[in-house]
Amino acid sequence: MHPSVYNALWLEPIIPFVSAFVLMVWGRNLGKRVAAWLGSLSIGASFVISLLIGIAFMKSSGAPFTQIVWHWVAVGSFHVDMGLYLDALSVVMTLVVSFVSFLIHVYSTEHMEHSEGYERFFAYMNLFVASMLTLTLANNLLLLLLGWEGVGLCSYLLIGFWYGDEANGLAGRKAFIVTRAGDTAFILGLFLLFDRLGTLDIQPLMAAARLHWHVGAAAATVACFLLIGGAVGKSAQLPLQTWLPDAMAGPTPTSALIHAATMVTAGVYLIARTHVLFELSPAAMFAVALIGFCTLLLAGFSALAQTDIKRILAYSTVSQIGYMFLALGVGAWSAAIFHLVSHAFFKALLFLASGVVIEALADEHNIFKMGGLRHKLPLAFWCFVFAGSALAGLPLISAGFYSKGVIMWQAGASPFGHTWLWIGAMVGALLTALYISRLIFVVFYGKQQQPPRLFPRWTIQWPMIILAFLSMLAGFFNLPAAFGGGERMTHFLSTALPVLDVVRLNSMSELASEAIAAVAFFLGVYLIWLFYLQKPSLVENLMAGGFAQDLHRFWYSDWGMDWFYDRVFVNPTVVLARRGRHDVVDKIFDGIAWLCQTFYRWLSPTESGLVRRYAGWITAGAILLMVVVLWGRP
Amino acid sequence: MTHMGLLLAAVLFAIGVVGLIARRNLLMILVSIEVMLNAAGLAFIAAASAWNQPDGQVMFLFILAVAAAEVAVGLALLLQLHHQTQSVEADKANKMKG
Repeated sequence: MHPSVYNALWLEPIIPFVSAFVLMVWGRNLGKRVAAWLGSLSIGASFVISLLIGIAFMKSSGAPFTQIVWHWVAVGSFHVDMGLYLDALSVVMTLVVSFVSFLIHVYSTEHMEHSEGYERFFAYMNLFVASMLTLTLANNLLLLLLGWEGVGLCSYLLIGFWYGDEANGLAGRKAFIVTRAGDTAFILGLFLLFDRLGTLDIQPLMAAARLHWHVGAAAATVACFLLIGGAVGKSAQLPLQTWLPDAMAGPTPTSALIHAATMVTAGVYLIARTHVLFELSPAAMFAVALIGFCTLLLAGFSALAQTDIKRILAYSTVSQIGYMFLALGVGAWSAAIFHLVSHAFFKALLFLASGVVIEALADEHNIFKMGGLRHKLPLAFWCFVFAGSALAGLPLISAGFYSKGVIMWQAGASPFGHTWLWIGAMVGALLTALYISRLIFVVFYGKQQQPPRLFPRWTIQWPMIILAFLSMLAGFFNLPAAFGGGERMTHFLSTALPVLDVVRLNSMSELASEAIAAVAFFLGVYLIWLFYLQKPSLVENLMAGGFAQDLHRFWYSDWGMDWFYDRVFVNPTVVLARRGRHDVVDKIFDGIAWLCQTFYRWLSPTESGLVRRYAGWITAGAILLMVVVLWGRP
Repeated sequence: MTHMGLLLAAVLFAIGVVGLIARRNLLMILVSIEVMLNAAGLAFIAAASAWNQPDGQVMFLFILAVAAAEVAVGLALLLQLHHQTQSVEADKANKMKG
């Protein structure tokens, strides 16, 4: 028997949906205060429901629960049910999504106060969360796709939120089109799966795949690669990561929502959700690991070169999602979800804190124009320290240390893993420590350049404080056995995701890997402290060299990816579109129109309205007929 | 005899056609049509006597009825035309040109 509280499952996505609808239709009439409360409290209600359901689920045996909400399509023998599916994975996801979104909403009530379109903002944000909850709870890939596209739409609306500035609109359009390229692959994958296995309900689909396909089957590999296409687009991984740094054009709470709890985690969730398929295809698994590996390194180097505070964080997200992909690729499913959870806390906090800094300095984004804010903005400073150390993996007490440490160790130790993956992950950890301590040291230490002018009230402070605590404590959800923990989250997820317990013989021990990660952290912080605070002249000397400058520019421009895409895809499309204005097909239709008009001009005088002329023509015709009849016979 | 009758009918019909096309006065056009109808009637009578069959005479009775109806409609048109244009010229009624 399932607990009766499960029957409230459908309320989780519906409440934000209804509130988004109300805000869209009557938002302006409600006034700012009511709109803000409606927007935040609907997410809060969603969180309370997911918390109650989550507690009931943890107390139960962990058996999954399906709730059919509606018969969506029913044609003959073909039918699609709109159903929600609750298992350990969706419990974790809904808890994180609704909780982090709720805090971001509370934060936005104050942060967005002076922005135009306040009610519109909450409408979009609610729709965003509702779509994400639909995505995580869907029991059917078609319903998942609905949430998936809803998330894409909302990211477009929110990135281009301040549409008065053309650049923002362009950034929104870029995000939409680039992720759509991935979605096309995803939809093709759905077609393939339906064609081969005859259903899109996730659980029967997985069972059918296991039954009909053997490990390494070509169909499984193709389907997996198409799904990877979708995941890569949404999660901003190589080669479709270019939209995420530009997405910083949106309001800061939007960035927090996109990066922490909703959009970019969708790809990770999709792969974890369809892990049975991926286990059937070692090639696809390796591809996922490789994508994560390359992305985390490339984005790490790019983050090191940025000067815009939000762009640094954006590249950091790309890099951390890279870690999650690496974990998925080596079969460390629960490690990926664990990192997703702890990342949601500290990345949301980083964005919220950067929002405070940006607002206090009158919309300044360049970190080199900040400086010395440690004592002026203590809350933002301490939040940055907490979240930054979680991101970089401060040993023993931060969440990121445990979540990332597991991934790094399993990248090398898993049977799907490789020593090279482990080395790359370690370099990535060093890069993380470098770029985040660079950000913190440059912004909060050194000489103060301009005085901050705005100081946050409680609606901004409390969400940040809560997230700061979680950034530290979330690690203890899943304390690894090597540190005397019980791996509770892995254990909890084990009903939904397989546990990786096979370890390669020649791999190093977990403790050794963690120790090296700790060394990487301290080395990174020390280097930045040395270079930026103790001897700034070293950086200047380094940057004076031509090669260093070129390298810096290369990393700054995202390894030339945008340049490349502009040349290969954007410009040819624009040229073709210009040509297409005078295209050949139009000429054909213009010709038909011209022909009709000409005939009209010839024939219209015959319709003279003169009775006598008609009579004359009738006579002439009659005479002609008689001539034909009389003399025309053979 | 028969040939002479048919020849007369043809000549009458031709006169009617020429009158129909050449005349502008709607009244005269109606008269011309009447002439053509009578020519057709004469042709039927002549043919009936030639082949010694009554059918042609029956047809002439029909033609009489049609001619009466045609005159009724034609005169109504004439009155209407005069009412709208204060003239009886058929060419004035060319409002429906394309």
